[in-house]
Amino acid sequence: MSAPFYVSPEQLMKDRADYARKGIARGRSNVVLQYADGILFVAENASKALHKISEVYDRIAFAAVGRYNEFENLRVAGVRLADLTGYTYDRRDVTGRTIANAYAQTLGAIFSGAGEKPYEVEIVVAEVGDDADGDTIYRLTYDGSVADEHGFVAMGGQAEHITGLLKERYVAGASLADALRLAVDVLTQAPDGEMRSLAAEQLEVAALVRSRSRRAFRRYLGPQLEALLGSSHPHHAEVVEPSVTPVDPTDQDPGNNPSF
Amino acid sequence: MTTDGSGRLPTAFHQPGVGSFADFLGMHAPDMMPGRRTLGPGTVDAPHGTTIVSVTFDGGVVMAGDRRATMGNIIAQRDIEKVFQADEHSCVGIAGTAGLAIELVRLFQVELEHYEKLQGATLSLEGKANRLSMMIRGNLPMAMQGLAVVPLFAGYDLLVTDPTKAGRIFSFDITGGRYEEHSFHAVGSGSMFARGALKKFFREDFTQQDAVRACVEALYDAADDDSATGGPDLTRQIYPVVVSCTVDGFHRVADDVLHDIVTRVVDARMTRPGGPAAPLS
Repeated sequence: MSAPFYVSPEQLMKDRADYARKGIARGRSNVVLQYADGILFVAENASKALHKISEVYDRIAFAAVGRYNEFENLRVAGVRLADLTGYTYDRRDVTGRTIANAYAQTLGAIFSGAGEKPYEVEIVVAEVGDDADGDTIYRLTYDGSVADEHGFVAMGGQAEHITGLLKERYVAGASLADALRLAVDVLTQAPDGEMRSLAAEQLEVAALVRSRSRRAFRRYLGPQLEALLGSSHPHHAEVVEPSVTPVDPTDQDPGNNPSF
Repeated sequence: MTTDGSGRLPTAFHQPGVGSFADFLGMHAPDMMPGRRTLGPGTVDAPHGTTIVSVTFDGGVVMAGDRRATMGNIIAQRDIEKVFQADEHSCVGIAGTAGLAIELVRLFQVELEHYEKLQGATLSLEGKANRLSMMIRGNLPMAMQGLAVVPLFAGYDLLVTDPTKAGRIFSFDITGGRYEEHSFHAVGSGSMFARGALKKFFREDFTQQDAVRACVEALYDAADDDSATGGPDLTRQIYPVVVSCTVDGFHRVADDVLHDIVTRVVDARMTRPGGPAAPLS
């Protein structure tokens, strides 16, 4: 009998992480960002029926990238947990933290468990608060680690590149149309500076709107989305624009210059 | 909530293909299901809700309920609310054992919203009514011990193209039987009197205002003859709960609007206590 190959735990975890990362990197990206009246979700998604963004509870939404069957399974579990908690206690007792914790435990257990392959997913659980300071955005990765994010999050294949662009260009308190324009801009700009064009049909857009009375989640579809995209983002400009260096609004405003 | 040693969510949470919250609850926490409790012998005195009325009109449906809960000869509560929003385009009113009925309505509300979130689409109006009928059936053992729940369900059917027919009403019996009612219906202890009144008031060309007025009049007539139904309480400013479902969704009639309607109804009854006269020909 031959001895089994020895694989060090470090190597085993590294292999599993590489596997999950590769799976996620194949997918298209998602952007989640805070704007003046809530939290905006923008995903590149050609499918009308298979969502990457959805409602979890009154003030909580979910966005994901990666393998559809895996994040859909987690989404369903999250909705069940939220509804169960709300039914057992009260609607106000359901928080984004509860959901994010359950996801973290579940993803962590799957990642380190020997019986299953790691989930190739990345998830954002966002909860809109009474004001912008009360908003919470949790980002969860394939291994169950959680990060509490502020302002914006990018997930998916181009996550690092998009995060870099958002760091330069994100401004707090933007209007819905401006935030959407920024999200579409960063999703369409490839790392080499090339601009792609994304039509309304290729985008899945939704928001947690602070001012809505109970269920804050709403989708922007069809003509409404086109109007929103058109109002701040003339489609032809995106195609014609040869822009390689993104225009940073902070550049024009010496008050915002970090060197001052 | 129970989890296995790893801390991850139990398998029931990951079960695919279950769109119903009640089914999920039945798998994961069966003791929380309203109908699955073991009952001791004997009977209990519990508050009972009374009369609910519903009337269709051109473009939707109106539902109203009085505010009284009784326990034997005692008025258990004078401002109870027995008409609720079920979802964006439907409402549910309850008569019977108040505690069980309110729990049932909560479960029904979660059920509809849960389905909507999981499937990305709302149930059809019949689908919602059938779901409610199954929940009532689950309560049958309790009903046999005197703790019956009898709901009235109404809504705007988005799948019906003719808006004059889109307002629909469903009634239920305690065994879960589901019946579609036409034009108007009433349930609860004062329902005979309310239904008799609605039979005389109802016109095919009702507007929303007419339907609201007819509901308030019918509840007045129910309270007139049934001691368990509360009339409008002008001294405490407690008015019936009146809601409507139209293509624009669910709407609860505001108290100041109701104040005017109730005042007019009561003033008219000062001269004619029996209410508006129905012409004989």
